[in-house]
Amino acid sequence: MKLAYWMYAGPAHIGTLRVASSFKNVHAIMHAPLGDDYFNVMRSMLERERDFTPVTTSIVDRHVLARGSQEKVVDNITRKDKEERPDLIVLTPTCTSSILQEDLQNFVDRASITSNSDVILADVNHYRVNELQAADRTLEQVVRYYLEKARRQKTVTRSITKEPSANIIGIFTLGFHNQHDCRELKRLLQDLNIKINQVIPEGGSVQDLEDLPKAWFNLVPYREVGSMTAIYLEKNFGMPYVSITPMGIVDIAECIRQIQKHVNNLVSNKTFNYEPYIDQQTRFVSQAAWFSRSIDCQNLTGKKAVVFGDATHAASITKILAREMGIRVSCTGTYCKHDEEWFKEQVQGFCDEILITDDHTEVGDMIARIEPSAIFGTQMERHIGKRLDIPCGVISSPVHIQNFPLGYRPFLGYEGTNQIADLVYNSFTLGMEDHLLEIFGGHDTKEVITKSLSTESDLTWNYESIMELNKIPGFVRGKIKRNTEKFARQNNITNITVEVMYAAKEALNA
Amino acid sequence: MSNKISETLTFECETGNYHTFCPISCVAWLYQKIEDSFFLVVGTKTCGYFLQNALGVMIFAEPRYAMAELEEGDISAQLNDYEELKRLCLQIKKDRNPSVIIWIGTCTTEIIKMDLEGMAPKLETEIGIPIVVARANGLDYAFTQGEDTVLAAMAHRCPERNILMDKKEKVIQDSSIQDLFAFLPLKKKKDIIKSIKSKKHPPLVLFGSLPSTVASQLSSELKRQSIQVSGWLPAQRYTDLPSLNDEVYVCGVNPFLSRTATTLMRRRKCKLIGAPFPIGPDGTRAWIEKICSVFDIKTQGLEEREQQMWENLKDYLDLVHGKSVFFMGDNLLEISLARFLIRCGMIVYEIGIPYLDKRYQAAELLLLRNTCKNMCTPMPRIVEKPDNYNQIQRMRELQPDLAITGMAHANPLEARGINTKWSVEFTFAQIHGFTNARDVLELVTRPLRRNNNLENLGWNNLIKEEKKIKFN
Repeated sequence: MKLAYWMYAGPAHIGTLRVASSFKNVHAIMHAPLGDDYFNVMRSMLERERDFTPVTTSIVDRHVLARGSQEKVVDNITRKDKEERPDLIVLTPTCTSSILQEDLQNFVDRASITSNSDVILADVNHYRVNELQAADRTLEQVVRYYLEKARRQKTVTRSITKEPSANIIGIFTLGFHNQHDCRELKRLLQDLNIKINQVIPEGGSVQDLEDLPKAWFNLVPYREVGSMTAIYLEKNFGMPYVSITPMGIVDIAECIRQIQKHVNNLVSNKTFNYEPYIDQQTRFVSQAAWFSRSIDCQNLTGKKAVVFGDATHAASITKILAREMGIRVSCTGTYCKHDEEWFKEQVQGFCDEILITDDHTEVGDMIARIEPSAIFGTQMERHIGKRLDIPCGVISSPVHIQNFPLGYRPFLGYEGTNQIADLVYNSFTLGMEDHLLEIFGGHDTKEVITKSLSTESDLTWNYESIMELNKIPGFVRGKIKRNTEKFARQNNITNITVEVMYAAKEALNA
Repeated sequence: MSNKISETLTFECETGNYHTFCPISCVAWLYQKIEDSFFLVVGTKTCGYFLQNALGVMIFAEPRYAMAELEEGDISAQLNDYEELKRLCLQIKKDRNPSVIIWIGTCTTEIIKMDLEGMAPKLETEIGIPIVVARANGLDYAFTQGEDTVLAAMAHRCPERNILMDKKEKVIQDSSIQDLFAFLPLKKKKDIIKSIKSKKHPPLVLFGSLPSTVASQLSSELKRQSIQVSGWLPAQRYTDLPSLNDEVYVCGVNPFLSRTATTLMRRRKCKLIGAPFPIGPDGTRAWIEKICSVFDIKTQGLEEREQQMWENLKDYLDLVHGKSVFFMGDNLLEISLARFLIRCGMIVYEIGIPYLDKRYQAAELLLLRNTCKNMCTPMPRIVEKPDNYNQIQRMRELQPDLAITGMAHANPLEARGINTKWSVEFTFAQIHGFTNARDVLELVTRPLRRNNNLENLGWNNLIKEEKKIKFN
């Protein structure tokens, strides 16, 4: 047992559901107790989804505990098959159902006989993997299922498209700025005259998965989700993949060079040269290179920062801060403990120390000890920063609704470099401004002029009413006090009691 | 499937495929209510993830609750649960020193049959802090029923009331009443004290967790009728739990407390006052009247008070009059809210509800039936364990003016032009008593008022095309 208040990555089934509900026309059925469908709330609220989340629950209740699910799961699958006619139904076990040890595979086999949809059982161990690992695994499982089916039906070939083309793998729902990143990647590939073959899982159709091998190569922008699929495709279809995250000017260039290498390997009659494009974009389209030279950025030189997040974002941001902006990264870390080696290798030489943990108190202690000028982390680090009065830019999941902006905010590609530069610069200047205010004693307005009636009055509050007033949350207390006194004056009451307070509330309809 | 609105109160039961919060969410409001408590949820990452997302920013305020996160070793019994829980509880004792630790059993502890009730007394004596066990799991309960399991467990911990203490308490009560009326002229003061003294009634304990402001509002409503509330379950502190015995009358303030009511009656031999719940001016009046009638007290000025409340609500009543509502059902407040809204002039098509205890809610159901008759509105259908998919079909047919629903469905329904109010807000807002009736309507009318602002913009339907069968 572990005493835990907060966690960075969610339970495994969340990862599975995120992948399943990102595909078009795929329905997930959770084998779970009542109340475990919290995923639907998150998707509907955070992503502001207009459609019903295609996830339902086959409920595990007392009866299931006593007698087993029996027909329930199969019935629920066939029912959903009739109601929604999905292409695929993914039966998703949860931590609860996995200890029941029911033969879910058997239900899947039975249900797939009667239903028109394909049915699979998500194959993840709830006590060994987290949300991100499970998402990676589920995506690979779905791709493998359809490619092997196509191979049996002999409809799949590695006959590549005439023009260079690519699959983008790993864009999915509730991902940190994934939608914006996807648009930016498409633009980048379009600029290079590379066609998009498919984007999976977001908005993809499982029926089209058999065409995945038609692309020349795969692009896996995020470390956490998509690698397993890319490795599977490489092994079975000889598809090369690029796994360098195109975040920050240096890495974008590196990513494009890799793409160039793979493309040139497959073409015989001509060679593609993307170097002029990289040069043009770096110096004139992205403002980030120029920003690094500008006086603003000079002022950031040597300032201390701390970075924490998922492996992809924490590693990339660390490299950007240290390599592209001259900021001193005192400590960088990730909660992706399973990817420790890769992470260490990435940030080696770009930071003073490395912290691998999924315990937020350890991160908080580290930040308190280092006292950086700015933090780049998750929502948790933002709150730590608030407590310690250190500004924080949010660069990674876990996230809140404000990290699903309506405006265009990619982190990847050349537009991404602009966004990151703004984020970094704003975090630091706000910190500076704060600091200066403190030194010079704040703005020159000494006090806020209130709209309140004069507080000098003949009214007395008795003990109970003062206690009652103190129970009211601070931000409305003043208003309640004013209203009550106004009411008391109107009614010629001089002694304010709890009863008077309630009467005032009723009278003022507040 | 029939969409006809019936003429009598009909009860149906569907598949139970609906969205609601897990009952462990009761931790969110109970740890704030009981100031010296610590809640330890013994469960998995799934429980933790739910709590951290459902409770949003509260997690950052160093809450007095935590997860005892079960790992693979705990599931396969390679680790000794007693030793593990002891280690965590000692840690909690060291860091927070609470007056009580409440263990919340979850689905997982049920399935692996962890004997929390057996371990608690042993550990309690070993570490010297009371440990209360409540099994608030999703296998058996929905959302607010979590509070019910916690309060039922706490009912066992209320001290036994003895007659000696009874007397002493009364003296204190009388003197505190004197203080309270200290501002009045001398003669009047005597009268009031006399009137209170003259109407002795057996002790009354109210049960249900309410914000302390609301609790004292209700207490003072009863005081107007010269009824003294001698305690609340739960109190602001664990150490202040009310004392109980077979002389004590108890009355619930929330519709989801049927286990607590049963425990108080059967185990503590208390006498239950079955009343409608004090939600809305009509409910509040009926609640007070019922308590008064049990104590044989004639109510004073209650009718005028109710009337005055309705007048205060007039601007909102004009807005809701004749509008229709559909309750999808997730927090068990539905019957009381529907009854209040019908009295406000609304038409309720369907009352979805996770679980309906017809005995505990009997008075409320009767009031609902009478309200429908008085208002000449068709009786709504009551659907226990609803099926959200079927409900959405019915809603498509009925096109209600307002759907009261969970967050999972709110945005998709709004995109299809159906106004929604998020049901969980009714659990967290102050909705009890005369004073807060306006707050209920404030919530109910918010989408309607929003519509008044956005009406003529032509943006009601915001989905690209009705997807095949998704919404029919």
